[in-house]
Amino acid sequence: MKYTTQKVAYWFFLSALGLLALQIVYGFIMGFAHMGMDGLHDFIPFNTARAVHTNLLVCWLLLGFMGSAYYIIPEESQNELYSPKLAYIQLISFLAVGVTAVIAYHFNWWEGRKFLEIPRPLDYLVVVNVLAFLFNILMTLFKGKRQTTTALVLTMGLLFSALLYLPGMIWFDSQTLDSFYRWYVVHLWVEGVWELIMGGILAFLLIKITGVDREVIEKWLYVIVGLTFLSGILGTGHHFYYIGAPSYWLWIGGIFSALEPLAFLAMALFALNMYRKGEKKHPNKTALNWTLGAAITSFVGAGLLGAAHTLPNVNLYTHGTLVTAMHGHMAFWGAYAMIVLAIIAYAMPNLTGRKLFNNGISQYAFWLSNIGMIGMTVAFGVAGVAQVYLERILGVDFMETQKEIEPHFLVLVLCASGFTTGVTLYIINFFKFGKPTNEALVAAS
Amino acid sequence: MLTKSQAKIFFLAGTIIFSVLFLGLSYDTHVNKHDDQTNADKITPEVVAGKHLWEANNCMGCHTIFGEGAYYAPELTKVIERRGAPYVKGVLMSPTPWGEHTSGRKMVAYGFSEEEANNLISYFEWIGKVDLNGFPAKPKYEIKKTK
Ligand code: HEM
Ligand code: HEM
Ligand SMILES: [Fe+2]
Repeated sequence: MKYTTQKVAYWFFLSALGLLALQIVYGFIMGFAHMGMDGLHDFIPFNTARAVHTNLLVCWLLLGFMGSAYYIIPEESQNELYSPKLAYIQLISFLAVGVTAVIAYHFNWWEGRKFLEIPRPLDYLVVVNVLAFLFNILMTLFKGKRQTTTALVLTMGLLFSALLYLPGMIWFDSQTLDSFYRWYVVHLWVEGVWELIMGGILAFLLIKITGVDREVIEKWLYVIVGLTFLSGILGTGHHFYYIGAPSYWLWIGGIFSALEPLAFLAMALFALNMYRKGEKKHPNKTALNWTLGAAITSFVGAGLLGAAHTLPNVNLYTHGTLVTAMHGHMAFWGAYAMIVLAIIAYAMPNLTGRKLFNNGISQYAFWLSNIGMIGMTVAFGVAGVAQVYLERILGVDFMETQKEIEPHFLVLVLCASGFTTGVTLYIINFFKFGKPTNEALVAAS
Repeated sequence: MLTKSQAKIFFLAGTIIFSVLFLGLSYDTHVNKHDDQTNADKITPEVVAGKHLWEANNCMGCHTIFGEGAYYAPELTKVIERRGAPYVKGVLMSPTPWGEHTSGRKMVAYGFSEEEANNLISYFEWIGKVDLNGFPAKPKYEIKKTK
């Protein structure tokens, strides 16, 4: 809390929240389309809305991770950021690429591969951008007074994310190989290296908020990320069941992906135990809520709801249905959205000097968004299970099934409204803090 | 009790061992098994042209193929078997949004040329014959609509 260059994090957080708001708008467009109200079809067809929704999600989470690194790495390595100027250039260029891609999707310019829709020329710009970011972080770490485990795990997660982006850029004539290597990016990100990023941020927050000894926290951090790779790497096989890959992936993917919840369970137990052990004196209860909330919700959304359809005999029926969307929402929310919102809630008072720790707004923001997300997950889940029974087991036609499950999307949109109210309150609260100041950062030390 | 350096070894060893295993299995899938299981010799220039169209228009943003994509429009892995090529061609070449008057859910009116439509059909024909380990499962029942 003594490094004035930490304030670049504020601008990353601000941009991340802006993109989150826009992501939600496109979520509503799809929610209504599923209800049979696709009045925007001529301007924003479903595939545009979907590409925007999921790409903005990835963009704002990456901005959140970068902001977290710019906040955490100076403090952990006890050194000013190597180049704040590079960080600002990198932020602006990242936003420029993201916004260009989002506009491009409205004009049928994309690469129609789920989650990797960014047009190829823009991919190269993303790579340059991320290299600039990594250079800045690595130099800061390298020149710092110390290299902590927390900082190393976080940096390793970011570095591997960049490397794993590359297999997704290779062209294959075969849809099977295309899909096979697409999972090197998508699966090995969310069920592999992003868990390192989450673990790193979580460890940092627990050290700061609970006051438990760093050695203890970092020991468990190693155990958690060890469990992640032990299960998650071969767990990639759960996406290879039905795409034209050999059948040995059915049991390899089944066994190892069934172990993946262990890493999330470990994360939840770890956070709760550290909280119990800690001194409970830290005034920032909002940050504590989001931190423990992330650890618990990620276990439910990623661990339990992922395991629910990961065995090959279940996945044969649920593969590519709304059951997947149910899991996708709560997993992304619990693990990655909430950890980013946790670090923002922790950093804002330190960056701005305003001690708005726990007001009504921040409480409502937390509870409304989470209850709303639970409701959305249930709505997707009910729609998905009904779809599986009607379409996959009884053999009702796809479109007829969709007509039958339309009412669940009304419930989805209602719960999404509660969720959106919570997120809006979070953003209002963010603005109440005002801008970061050097005085605040110096005083906090 | 576990020490921090033991925990670190657990992490590093696990990561290395499982990465190596995963890369080895990926190699086996790609190099030894892929061509047979997917009839890779049947990937003609028309199939490839169809795949380019599939991606350039982000069809996966509404449909699924091999169960991957979006949940707004039908699974297309077995579409030729289910509907027949002439029907699919009609959808692809339609100048007005398909589905507008039937299901209510509209498809983008691409109005593909005859050649483009044929390429996409070749692509679907290749897709439909890939050995997918049993996906999509045959429904257990056959039910009739009463109204
Ligand atoms: C934070 C971690 C996770 C996130 C963000 C996440 C997110 C997602 C998303 C977005 C999809 C849809 C992917 C697509 O079809 O393109 C998906 C699919 C899937 N996930 Fe996860 N997931 C996480 C963890 C897990 C875990 C731990 C498990 C297993 C225990 C799991 C099991 C599955 C399975 C089986 C599918 C395939 C569904 C299908 O066949 O359609 N996920 N996940
Ligand atoms: C107002 C709130 C939201 C609504 C109404 C909404 C609605 C939707 C809908 C209708 C889909 C498309 C499913 C399909 O292909 O048919 C979707 C996809 C997706 N959304 Fe949301 N969403 C919202 C917020 C969020 C949030 C906050 C997150 C992440 C934290 C998120 C993550 C995703 C993901 C990962 C997918 C792809 C899922 C998959 O392919 O399985 N959404 N959303
Ligand atoms: Fe996965």
